Amino acid sequence: MASNAKEMKKALFGPIIDSNPIALHVLGICSALAITTKLETALVMSLALTSVLAFSNLFISIIRNHIPSSVRIIIQMTIIASLVIVVDQILKAYSYEISKQLSVFVGLIITNCIVMGRAEAYAMKSPPMMSLLDGIGNGLGYSFILIVIGTIKELFGFGTILGFEILPLVTNGGWYQANGLLILPFSSFFLIGGMIWFIRTIRPEQVEPKD
Amino acid sequence: MSANKETLGRTVGVVLAVCLVCSIVVSSAAVGLRSLQQSNAAVDKKTNILTAAGLYEAGMSKAAVKERYEARVEEKFVDLATGEYVENPVAATGKPFDMYGKLAKDPNTSVKVEGNVGFSRRSAVANVFHIKAEDGSISRIILPVHGSGLWDLMYGFLAVSSDGNTIEELVYYQHKETPGLGGEIQNPAWMAKWNGKKIFDNGEVAIKVKKQAGSDNPYAVDALSGATLTSNGVSNTLQYWAGENGFGPYLERQSWKS
Repeated sequence: MASNAKEMKKALFGPIIDSNPIALHVLGICSALAITTKLETALVMSLALTSVLAFSNLFISIIRNHIPSSVRIIIQMTIIASLVIVVDQILKAYSYEISKQLSVFVGLIITNCIVMGRAEAYAMKSPPMMSLLDGIGNGLGYSFILIVIGTIKELFGFGTILGFEILPLVTNGGWYQANGLLILPFSSFFLIGGMIWFIRTIRPEQVEPKD
Repeated sequence: MSANKETLGRTVGVVLAVCLVCSIVVSSAAVGLRSLQQSNAAVDKKTNILTAAGLYEAGMSKAAVKERYEARVEEKFVDLATGEYVENPVAATGKPFDMYGKLAKDPNTSVKVEGNVGFSRRSAVANVFHIKAEDGSISRIILPVHGSGLWDLMYGFLAVSSDGNTIEELVYYQHKETPGLGGEIQNPAWMAKWNGKKIFDNGEVAIKVKKQAGSDNPYAVDALSGATLTSNGVSNTLQYWAGENGFGPYLERQSWKS
């Protein structure tokens, strides 16, 4: 267990910019497109995904030496699905309004490639502590993208941040004409594309070599 | 890496153990949180009714919502064919009355719907809500309405004043319309336009949503720009529910006055 401080830091903070699951691996795009219309839903979704990711990595890592490789994917899915159901139940109990807005997307965390990807690629080979940190780190990377996009979309699409009015809308007697495009889910394509461009400009080593 | 972990017995054992642990975790979460979830759903519904009643203030706590609901709201059941009050048809089962659930599907408790409102059957009995003023007199009647919008059914409450003709509020609480376009049915500025509109003109259902309705037209509300199909949906919904197949007989009879 040579998990020194530097390695832990890399597992935790590396995925935010250097190996961001959305920007570098282009995983988990579906939910990033759909639920970033408002910052609040983006925040809750980030929290839900980060906790699922952290605990699925932790539990899978704990039992990694007992998982027969013939059924490892099914066992990973079972653990992930159970965690997602628990998170969904907790949201319904403690944050009913937001769980209504997130509707089906919490359930779809089960199929989020980031969770499966980290379980298969990292937690199956690494000790529990490092896997937990890796899960939290990748969750933070996902959250970072969601929060940036959620902020842009809510600010320019609705003129608000977390429901507080920043740019008064024309429809409410202000001066700002809301950008209708940003309210629609697919506008996240442009924004995520723009962020990938930006990150690869400041980190040129992420650019894939030409064929 | 133990050598024997790939044997059949070991595989089955690990799978069973994982399933057992996961099922215990999931079921305990579901059972443990159920009461909280149900109370959330109930409070959510009460909040929507209070909003339609004009009694909801932003930021009210759950307890405050419950207290005000109990003080000011009374649930009644109406046989839509006659417009008369009836007993709660599901009282014996102990379950809450849900006119959009089983009641709307079972041939014994539902009727067929003609026309283009977006659903093919509806419950024969509907639940309405009396809103009592401070002095105990009935100030508003809240009618549940639903009908198709652009993407899916839209569910709302129509609050009518005690004359059975004047609209006080139209509150949509569940819909899947496009945010910023059809979703503007929840915009307070548009919702305010309903206040004071009349449903009936000489006994005929006259209320509708149309383009350039003008604020002085008592029977029409301005359509939402960029959301013609949603606006038409709202119009059809109200035409149906205020008409003879909906709450028409009830509104004519004014059962709440007797």
